Amino acid sequence: MVTDKYFHKKTPIWRDERVLKAAAQIISSLVVFGILYWAIGNFLEITQQRGMPLSYGFLDEAAGFPIKESFIPYESTMSFGRAVLVGLINTLVVSVLGILFATLLGFLIGLMRLSSNWLISRIALAYIEFHRNIPLLVLLFLWYFGVFTRLPDVKESITLPGPTYINQRGFYLTWPHLSERGALFATSVAAGIILAIITWVVLRRIREDKGRETYFGRISLTVLILVPLIGWFASGGEPLWFDVPVLQGFNFQGGLRLTTEFAALLIGLAMYTAAFIAEVFRAGILAVQKGQIEAASAVGLRYSQVLMLIIIPQAMRVIIPPMISQYLNLTKNSSLALAIGYQELFAIGKVTINQAGRAVPVFILIMAIYLAISLLTSIILNIYNKRVQFIER
Amino acid sequence: MTSTSDGLGPPSPPGAMEWIRKNLFSNWYNSLLTILGATVVYFTLINIITWVFNTADWRPVTVAPLLYLVGQYPREELWRAGISLLMVTFLVGMSWGVWKRYVRAFAIFMGILLGILAVFPLETTTITLPIRVFMLINPFLIYLGYRIGRLQSVHGRHVATLWLITLLLIPLVILPGFENSSLLPKVPTTVWGGLLITLLLSVGGIVLSFPIGVLLALGRRSSLPVVKLFSIFFIEVVRGVPLVTILFMFSIILALFLPSESRIDRVIRALMGTVVFSAAYTAENVRGGLQAIPPGQVEAAKAMGLKNFHITILIVLPQALRLVIPTIVGQFISLFKDTTLVYIVGINDLLGIGNAVLNLNPEFVRLQMEVYLFIAVIFWVFSYFMSYASLQLEKALGVGER
Repeated sequence: MVTDKYFHKKTPIWRDERVLKAAAQIISSLVVFGILYWAIGNFLEITQQRGMPLSYGFLDEAAGFPIKESFIPYESTMSFGRAVLVGLINTLVVSVLGILFATLLGFLIGLMRLSSNWLISRIALAYIEFHRNIPLLVLLFLWYFGVFTRLPDVKESITLPGPTYINQRGFYLTWPHLSERGALFATSVAAGIILAIITWVVLRRIREDKGRETYFGRISLTVLILVPLIGWFASGGEPLWFDVPVLQGFNFQGGLRLTTEFAALLIGLAMYTAAFIAEVFRAGILAVQKGQIEAASAVGLRYSQVLMLIIIPQAMRVIIPPMISQYLNLTKNSSLALAIGYQELFAIGKVTINQAGRAVPVFILIMAIYLAISLLTSIILNIYNKRVQFIER
Repeated sequence: MTSTSDGLGPPSPPGAMEWIRKNLFSNWYNSLLTILGATVVYFTLINIITWVFNTADWRPVTVAPLLYLVGQYPREELWRAGISLLMVTFLVGMSWGVWKRYVRAFAIFMGILLGILAVFPLETTTITLPIRVFMLINPFLIYLGYRIGRLQSVHGRHVATLWLITLLLIPLVILPGFENSSLLPKVPTTVWGGLLITLLLSVGGIVLSFPIGVLLALGRRSSLPVVKLFSIFFIEVVRGVPLVTILFMFSIILALFLPSESRIDRVIRALMGTVVFSAAYTAENVRGGLQAIPPGQVEAAKAMGLKNFHITILIVLPQALRLVIPTIVGQFISLFKDTTLVYIVGINDLLGIGNAVLNLNPEFVRLQMEVYLFIAVIFWVFSYFMSYASLQLEKALGVGER
């Protein structure tokens, strides 16, 4: 019997799928862990020779190096940990501001690109092609060395309304501060925002449940403006005072000073990313099927309603995921600041390595921080994606 | 009899005035925008042109154009870089002949670019007549390769083999040379630089990262949990950190994890960083291609009795890789731009050479704009035409049309 011979023979061990799978996994883990074991062995040997143990105790030691620009109090006598924190905050500040400007500018360029006006559309295209085909580092050098280091010196500062002064040493902006009674105003602003969000959510839900118009947009906007306004008058009309930069001797005093490094990085990053965001935005709008817009017009929606209820919600599905990845790119690209001298996370990490002589721990710390930022963003993105996905049949 | 009978024939193509009215002055705010835009463009162009031709001082570029191309590669050994270029252009021509429209746009661009470079008027002594002649051979060599590639007896696999041999020969034999060799004396990588390094790192990065990326993509979709976990860990970690950190890791940290007597060449370390970085992105791109293969393909192959290994090699990968070719080209373009970061770890790529020229000559101290703009133009031309060629490739492959 031929069939018997084939059916009842036991599968040999080297062709048993379960055995093969287990073997593949064991072998691959052996290879990976073997390389790791070998590398760590080498590392321990080297660190023993040079006497720099793998520990994070040095983070409490005095850093001993100055940082040019810090958004929290920092002295060179403070610890390495503090210095890294300053770097992280610098990264976050430039990233958040960069994301804000890049989104606004990208939105504008994307709109221009979609314009029916041929010239405007071409200008936008030229902007996009210029930025997309030149390395960011070269663009940053162009901004920093080509533009910002050639600004006039302090005596011949460019004066903009505000007053804002621009010169080689940086940007001096007039900056509002809360006055003595400003706390009331600040509270009312916060209350206004929270109340407006609550009104929006509640009224919108009522409309969706009951199907009658609740004018949630207008009402929450009114709340948003009215509550802070009440706070403004309640605090006596002058909750803020303005710190104005004044030329004293050889430099400006007061106001908010932004270094040229910061400005060059911010402008370079924002303008570079804006070119990509413009394309993302354009693709999102174009992805909305024409039939949707025609159908909406056919049932009698006004153009503003078509835009708000039909185009934007559907375009957002397409826009948000690549947009977030552009935001992440911007955050990671801020590490190029090292080349033009703005001291963000990576640059401070490098100085710390030189000062503390502990390359590996510092390096792992820096990578972990970047990873945490990336992973946090992807988690948020995934949650959002699950919520807005089309329910497929 | 000349029947332009009213309303019956096809509508006549819109005239120039009609076009202008429709696209520039369709209503009052479009007219306003057009006038505003035209004014801005006019003044920008005037300013740029006056600056380029009158104000700008191009000496840092014209004084040593070869520096930007090959760095400090010894001038008496320059023919080796030239030979490498000739080999590549010939092969580009052959690829054009064999794969026709997939490579056409790229080959023509390369020919035109090298032709322009050959006759570009520069008042400098470093670009000698032999160098110009050398450059001028290239476009003709592309055409020659094209004719040879079109011969019946030449097949794609011949050209692919030649490419492989050339890509190994150039960076391993021709450019570095050997110790104690009179024909090809050793040229250490410390003197390599300029566009040469930029191209080597980006081409080497994409080529070497490709197999790793494919393996990682397969690993990520594997049914073996351990393999899957390793792949996901590698891909997500590399994609989660900036390229600078990876380059930095390979240029400084790596040495701490190797036996203390081992020394790895600076350029190789930068290349390793580029490969690791690029592999994670290749993996994600290839995964996209793998996901696009309908499950019916695998099921059909299983029904035919193919083993898993053969299904992957013969059915899934060929289809998936064809789908991702345009994405990989796009990735190459961004890698080409990203190689500028190796300047930060002290490699004299195009940007590094630019900075060296600026820093070593006190008279050029205020001429950064000129140097960086020149470098920007080089990158722009390359990237722009590569993306154009990749668009043509995409059309030729018909990706997204099925």
